[in-house]
Amino acid sequence: MLKNKHILAGGAIIAVMIFIAIAAPLLTSYDFSELDFASKNKPPAADHVMGTDQYGRDVWSRIAYGARVSLTVSLAAVLIAIVCGSFLGVVSGYLKGKFDFIMGRLIDIMMAFPAILLSLIIGAALGASIRNMCFSIGIPLIPIFYRVARGAAFSVADRTFVMASRSIGSSGVRIMIWHILPNVLPQVFVVLSMGMGGSILAEASLGFLGLGIPQPTPSWGLIVNEGKAFMFTAPWTTAFSGLFIALTILGFNLLGDGLRDHLDPKLRTLSA
Amino acid sequence: MADSGEDLLIRFEELTKTFKVSSRGFGSERITAVDHVSFSIRRGETFGLVGESGCGKSTFSKIALRLVEATSGSVFYEGRDIYKMPFRQLREIRRDMQVVFQDPYDSLNPRLTLEELAAEPLRVHKQGGKAARRERVESLFNDVGLPTSIMGRYPHQLSGGQRQRLCIARTLALSPKFIILDEAVSALDVSIQAQILNLLQDLKKQFNLTYLFISHNLSVVKFASDRIGVMYFGRIIEIAEKRELFSNVLHPYTYALLSAIPGAGLEAEKRRALMQAGAPSIFNAPKGCAFSSRCPWSKDMCGKEPPTLKDMGGGHCAACHFAGELELNLGL
Repeated sequence: MLKNKHILAGGAIIAVMIFIAIAAPLLTSYDFSELDFASKNKPPAADHVMGTDQYGRDVWSRIAYGARVSLTVSLAAVLIAIVCGSFLGVVSGYLKGKFDFIMGRLIDIMMAFPAILLSLIIGAALGASIRNMCFSIGIPLIPIFYRVARGAAFSVADRTFVMASRSIGSSGVRIMIWHILPNVLPQVFVVLSMGMGGSILAEASLGFLGLGIPQPTPSWGLIVNEGKAFMFTAPWTTAFSGLFIALTILGFNLLGDGLRDHLDPKLRTLSA
Repeated sequence: MADSGEDLLIRFEELTKTFKVSSRGFGSERITAVDHVSFSIRRGETFGLVGESGCGKSTFSKIALRLVEATSGSVFYEGRDIYKMPFRQLREIRRDMQVVFQDPYDSLNPRLTLEELAAEPLRVHKQGGKAARRERVESLFNDVGLPTSIMGRYPHQLSGGQRQRLCIARTLALSPKFIILDEAVSALDVSIQAQILNLLQDLKKQFNLTYLFISHNLSVVKFASDRIGVMYFGRIIEIAEKRELFSNVLHPYTYALLSAIPGAGLEAEKRRALMQAGAPSIFNAPKGCAFSSRCPWSKDMCGKEPPTLKDMGGGHCAACHFAGELELNLGL
């Protein structure tokens, strides 16, 4: 698994991000919510490595602490979406018929709403907290994973080895777990990176709309949004927080691609 | 049929499968892929089922084991109707009845190792622990002529012949009594075909198996089978012992089929003349005998009345109004 360069690079980036999130108190010398109006919108310097924002708060501290919220929420949200989406998709693609039809229409209804609107509705219904945030971001992502998993499962279900497994007496559950799922997951992993990016951005948007994590806890999306007004006079706030978002998404992209290749026995033996 | 008193392993009765095909515009049509097929297979024999592509052979192999539900009819396996069985019982009885499919490239899950694939039947039926299963897989590999050293590999690393050997190993895992070989060698090179056919013959002797051998290739069926059924347009049109069929053809379609074997004794001109036109469209099947549109001996009544399968003596059945009256001599 470590031979795969994509997994290695992606894993390293994500490991660094997780390390920053966990070790935030050790890596920073300022409180993330400490206001200092005397030194607001200061460019990066020795005392503030990434500068300060419009309230004079240390940007690096806010990013390091923001990693906690951003990573937890986006990871948990994508996890919720992957588990629900693949499960429903595999069942739908394998059973076909009525179940598939009804599921398909329900998913269509979900997709008819803009994701952000759906997040708002769920977020407003559940109330603001980190756990509810995971749901309000994760649930609108389900259709992406459902569609990919369902499409893949639909075609895999018609292959001879599925019939062959049935002929030796396998149950439907067994066929879905042993034969359908392993052939569907690689496709799902490719969408994983897309989902990660989407959920980090969704968390940012919700934060901007005031339905995010309650202040003063920072999150990357929130930092970007707050800095947006000073893009031209103090670009470091948005630039650094944006950089961290981009890097994290890149990490998940690499990891998703690598996992897809790693899970395919054909590609694995070629590269080994 | 004449074989009622013999030791029958499996009996198919009036098996029928129709498919709904939605036509352009409104409504849908029903096509009949398998049309009231009845025959039985004796314990220990190899029954060959031949027919051209699209005649319903593969559909038959699927409904024969209830992998796909038949529209009507029954299958009596050792006297019990598998179409009247609850699903739990059906899964149990599937240990006895196995199938090898045509395409060895699609019939193995690419994400499982050879060992996992060969052990799957054992896991499904909860036989043995890990060590016992491994032992059984090793002996299966030996039985089908695969080296045990490749057990950890994946299917894509095998050749077509090796894959088919693995498929056979899977079917043997539960010590079945009856195996359907659905075009099991058709996708393979001729030299590999011979190897697999010989392997199948050896295994049959070793494990007292009964085969239903389905193929479009007459030479292969001739080599492998004891009795042969000829299928045309979803129906069985002639059944006979192998030697009887080749020496005393009763149905014009069988005649045309046999004469198509290169070197069958007919001149090329005559051979070509035998099979007129193409197979009729499945959407407007001829009213009477399905072969009437292509049969050089076709008379008025052939187009009106469908013939039934009649026993012409010694278990040789044919579905032709003029069976026995036509001069169908191949000199084989």
